[in-house]
Amino acid sequence: MSKPQDVVKSEVVKDDFMVIVRKRIAAFGLPRIIILVAFILMFVLAGIVGMNLPSFFGDVLRRWGMWGILVLAMVPSIQSGNAPNFGVSVGIVAGLLGAVISIDLNYRGAFDFITNPALHRIAGALVAIAIGVIGGTVLGMLYGMLLNRVKGSEMAISVYVGFSAVAVFNILWVRIPISNPIAILPGTGSGLRQMINLQDDFGDAFDSLFRFQIGSMTIHTGLLLLFFLMCFFMYIFMKSKRGMRMSAAGDNPTYARASGINVDRMRILGTTISTALGAFGIVIYAQSFGFLQMYRGPLMMGFTAVASVLIGGATIRRAKVFDVLFGAFLFNGILTIALPLSTQLIPDIPGVPEMLRLIISNGIILYALTRAKGGR
Amino acid sequence: MENQKIISPNMLKSFFFENKVALMFLIISGVAFWASGMTTVMFFNELSVRIGRDTFLVLSLLIPVVAGLGLNFGIVIGAMSAQIALFFVVLFGGSGASGLFTVALVATPIAILLGYLVGRLFNSMKGSEMIGGMIVALFAAGFYQFFFLFFLGGIVPIESRMMTSSGIGVLNVIDIGASPSYMRQALDNVTMLHILTVAFWAMLVFVAIMLIVRLVKKQAITMKGPLSIRRPIFALIVLAIVYIASGFGGMAFVNGFTLWLYQDRLNALYALWWGGLLAALLMGYAIIKAKVVEKSPGVPIKPIAYLVIVIIAFLLSLWTPVYTGLENVGLPVLTYLIIIGLCVAIKWFLNTRLGQNMRSVGQSRPVATAAGINVDRTRIIAMIMSTVLAAYGQIIMLQNFGVMNTYSAHENVGLFAIAAFLVGGASVAKASIKNAILGVILFHSLFILAPFAGANLMDSTLIGEYFREFVAYAVIALALVMHAWQRKKKRKAKENE
Amino acid sequence: MQDKYVLEMDNIRKAYGDNVVVDGVSLKIKPGEIHALLGENGAGKSTLMNILFGMTMIRDTGGFEGSVKISGEEVKFHSPNDALTAGIGMVHQEFMLIPAFSVSENIKLGREDTVPTVLSRVFGKNMDRLNHEKMEKDARKSLDAIGMNIDEHVRVAGLPVGYMQFVEIAREIDKLNIKLLVFDEPTAVLTEDEATQLLGVMRSISEKGIAIIFITHRLSEVMDVATDMTILRDGQLVATKSVRDTNMVDIAQLMVGREVENMRATGGQFALQDAETAVKITDLHVDMPGENVNGVSFEVKKGEIFGIGGMAGQGKVGIPNGINGLFPAEGSVEMFGKPLDLSRLGEALDKGFAFVSEDRRGVGLLLDESIGYNIMFRQMAIKNGFLRGGLFDGRRTQQHAKDMIKLLDIRCRGWQQKAGTLSGGNQQKVCLASALTLNPKVLVVSEPTRGIDIGAKELILNYLTKLREEDGVTVIMVSSELGELRSICDRIAIVSDGKIVDILAPDAPDADFGLAMSGVSKSEINEKGAE
Repeated sequence: MSKPQDVVKSEVVKDDFMVIVRKRIAAFGLPRIIILVAFILMFVLAGIVGMNLPSFFGDVLRRWGMWGILVLAMVPSIQSGNAPNFGVSVGIVAGLLGAVISIDLNYRGAFDFITNPALHRIAGALVAIAIGVIGGTVLGMLYGMLLNRVKGSEMAISVYVGFSAVAVFNILWVRIPISNPIAILPGTGSGLRQMINLQDDFGDAFDSLFRFQIGSMTIHTGLLLLFFLMCFFMYIFMKSKRGMRMSAAGDNPTYARASGINVDRMRILGTTISTALGAFGIVIYAQSFGFLQMYRGPLMMGFTAVASVLIGGATIRRAKVFDVLFGAFLFNGILTIALPLSTQLIPDIPGVPEMLRLIISNGIILYALTRAKGGR
Repeated sequence: MENQKIISPNMLKSFFFENKVALMFLIISGVAFWASGMTTVMFFNELSVRIGRDTFLVLSLLIPVVAGLGLNFGIVIGAMSAQIALFFVVLFGGSGASGLFTVALVATPIAILLGYLVGRLFNSMKGSEMIGGMIVALFAAGFYQFFFLFFLGGIVPIESRMMTSSGIGVLNVIDIGASPSYMRQALDNVTMLHILTVAFWAMLVFVAIMLIVRLVKKQAITMKGPLSIRRPIFALIVLAIVYIASGFGGMAFVNGFTLWLYQDRLNALYALWWGGLLAALLMGYAIIKAKVVEKSPGVPIKPIAYLVIVIIAFLLSLWTPVYTGLENVGLPVLTYLIIIGLCVAIKWFLNTRLGQNMRSVGQSRPVATAAGINVDRTRIIAMIMSTVLAAYGQIIMLQNFGVMNTYSAHENVGLFAIAAFLVGGASVAKASIKNAILGVILFHSLFILAPFAGANLMDSTLIGEYFREFVAYAVIALALVMHAWQRKKKRKAKENE
Repeated sequence: MQDKYVLEMDNIRKAYGDNVVVDGVSLKIKPGEIHALLGENGAGKSTLMNILFGMTMIRDTGGFEGSVKISGEEVKFHSPNDALTAGIGMVHQEFMLIPAFSVSENIKLGREDTVPTVLSRVFGKNMDRLNHEKMEKDARKSLDAIGMNIDEHVRVAGLPVGYMQFVEIAREIDKLNIKLLVFDEPTAVLTEDEATQLLGVMRSISEKGIAIIFITHRLSEVMDVATDMTILRDGQLVATKSVRDTNMVDIAQLMVGREVENMRATGGQFALQDAETAVKITDLHVDMPGENVNGVSFEVKKGEIFGIGGMAGQGKVGIPNGINGLFPAEGSVEMFGKPLDLSRLGEALDKGFAFVSEDRRGVGLLLDESIGYNIMFRQMAIKNGFLRGGLFDGRRTQQHAKDMIKLLDIRCRGWQQKAGTLSGGNQQKVCLASALTLNPKVLVVSEPTRGIDIGAKELILNYLTKLREEDGVTVIMVSSELGELRSICDRIAIVSDGKIVDILAPDAPDADFGLAMSGVSKSEINEKGAE
């Protein structure tokens, strides 16, 4: 009656080595290979012209930690089907608000009961994070509800929602009733400065934690530990039932619905986590940078975060924690080394890192966009 | 048929609904004007400058919307082409209005090439053109910076006052107004007499060539039917009469008319009155044609509505503040003529086969494909046209400023043009010339007024500035959301059929 | 005589790989003839039309054998445009119209009348100005020709759905040299009045000497309007007849008639009376676009294999999708006496249903995930299986996936291979494995054998019977393939127009099935006969 065995031949075919290599390269994407090779070449070149490699490497590590959580914020957004979150600035402004409030509380002496200077700084940072994350969660939920109504056009809309959020908060920054003179424009009595120095507040709070030196390389242990910890939490979340359900909702909404999953709720969850991480991330960024960049500072940060995760190997529809680790490292590595290297080699042109940043970050996003065809 | 409609409350409701953004802007601008304490003279002067400066750029957005590519955030690339062309023309000593025309000439092939590339790119990401446009503008900015910061001077040695002291890279600000380029407002300042002379001779040559071609090809020279040459001949006769009246463009017999033609600005009050009179005559003709000649039933609403608007505008212009405001404003004649010319050209173009194809592609790619239209090619042509027009628009903008901020002049071009377009009632999928003009007026009114209003109301110009920035972003965000929302609704409705 | 036939398709054969879909079919059509093309889904109708129109997909898959002649001349079309220039038109089932355009613009879409302009002398025809007057005049003429009095200036968006069909027809008529028009299920979206009107239009077109190929499943319409007919079955020509010489019962028999192969001993022998009711569905309505269900009621006994058949687009697929909650549904569904809350997502899965969807790539699988992940996911998402300490339990998943791979003979490189890289049959087995992992009381499979190879087909059908025999699982099987339903089901419901026309035993006469599928139940025919 039946002779199924010889109809289907064994599908187990062994690819030869070169084919596998070529396939891997194709899957990884040529632009990513170019960026990786460029990074290695630049590093080698920096060594040849006699720059202090260990010190640079320390810098790269610090910028890695600085940006890491903002890049990590892309993962829940992408996995829940909302595409990379260009509007992470919604979370960033919430984080800035938390930071400003924390600074003012500090000025009013709210943390004076902690006498240890290191703990005092950390307390300030934690308060900033707490307020920021709460604000980010609220804004993220609203933002998620908005994105649910515009499925399929999330990216373009998130760009302008992010811009709008920054502009709204700009108006707030002019009027916010804060009394700490460090934060306020001198002479006017109201309105925040463009850059707020965090030296007396939570600047360096985590950077200085367990910081140590190997030769001329500084390792900011606290910062990196925090970043890795957040990555680990994200990894665990993605392995949990809720995380897997969220990923399925983003991967294939109809499949998810057929599995009894409320796709809209999962999408809101993803956006909310992403926005809250944006708030968290900016506080970490600021404490390491030493300044709060107000007003238009956060405008384009979303683009950098999106580009980082894409460089790491993510697509518009799928992202892993590994992509964050790899992408943030590579992108920051290239940008960190470009400035000193270019001043060393061709001292007369300014703005090389900015140029590189524009080309690399937007190039990789364009590449990902052309790849996204047929995804939906 | 249009003129068979009867006014109903429903129509009024849908009128208000469709123009809600514009109406909102009108109200906000009104409040802001009241709060700003500006005089009408100041306000109208500033507004007339901005209309001349920005309308062309906004119009360059129209064709991609028609062709279904949405809001072209990539017009920034057209602006870059213009800036590259401007740099080289100034470098090689171009000056004045003729220099600006050379800039346009040089910018055209650059814009065509870049527009083609962007079109190709957009074809590979159908459905994501808008985010693609935002990103590709930034991507191009990287190369643009490389070109001006390093390539010029660093690789190609250039000696010019525009270079930095080290000789590598171009200065941040290039002055094109002063000696030797004299391009500041070179277009705005062309006299009417000049325009008239050139127009007359161009028309003469054009009609001559047309007649010769027809004779050689043995085609009928007719005043009737679709192939008639009525219009060019009529235009030539009108131009000839005015040209002769001006004393053949010279001072043969100096008189008041020629002296008047020696001006480069048209008084806004008179422009409004004359324009109003012309519009009233046209509308009257339309009404008479509909009622007496064609005897169509019902009230010809559209002409009557326009007539009412004209009358209101006229009455408003008699009100002292408006009267003095308009009386003291001069409109740059050539710039405005170019804008009007572009409007006519776009209108004409949309009525050609290619224009119809673009509309079809914009409405539905599958249906257009099934009807034998090459969708990809049509989209690329739309992108090229938009990019080239954007380049011209940027030239108009730069000559008005008289300086070029080498590294930032293009940055906000897309943002402001698109926001203005949307305020005028355009959407991602539907737009018209009316939207562009109305949008420029409303959006820039607010732009002029917001800082002053902010200073007076909240004691801070910064708030006004951030507020208008917020408005620009929010208008775009809102328009994108509305579009996505409607598309989702439409998809649902279609599924339910 | 050379011009005796408008179209001669001679001995056409087309295969996709080893799969022969059209074999030795000939079709000859005279001017002014309305020729019905009949057959079940997959009988080869659409492939034949794709060949006629020179669709690129035919050439891309190796072309076809046989010859196509238009008015006696052999033609080789390279694209649908070639077919259009040769005078063959198609009235699509989905409207190829632009709602925002006027009727006349739609009729002239892509073929606008123009006049040259100054610019067109330089840039070519693209810069020609549209000649609206002529376009409107022509449109009026075509509309008059089919007896439609709609205004040619109105926008299509404002027209009733039915009228759009007529605009499409007017567009085809407007093409100057039109000789042959293909109507693909034209009445599917029309109301009864509109359908009658359409048939009238078809008649008047044919009177003008234009030949018509009429693809439909409504036999009454065929009897009404067609002059000749060709019946296909399984890619082969069954009969070419004149409508005058036949009747509906004959046609139905010819369409379905097949030796029911592999009629298993189990089929139809289930003792219905003894068993308790597993699923009771009363007046189920499902709002699924293209597969609407308009009030379906039936009962399925425990341990039964219940088949649901019918033509595509008639609503059979809507039934499982409605129960599963993927599309809005109303009515009552009871499982072993307990009612389901149809508005709650995941309710059916919670209560012990499991589904294998007809759309395995869209609904059935996460293509970028591994076989193992796919098999475990629904169990994890619904019933919290495969978790340890709240986290994904890779070891148990691996164990279970390996068991399933062995049980269902899934050909793969290992449990971690991505589901998207599997062949259709193996993907279907993964879907089945995922459903079985839920330990369902009732398994609903929809089109389980669509587009998969014979081996996998056999295995899946065998497994379904085994499941019922060994585990007492109740199975509801939805399928377009009548033969397959008749080979394993105990009873078969035939759905047409969103309703159950008849519930038949698998060994009921072929004609009964054929009639039911065209929407006519046997009892109706009997009544008519009695009159």
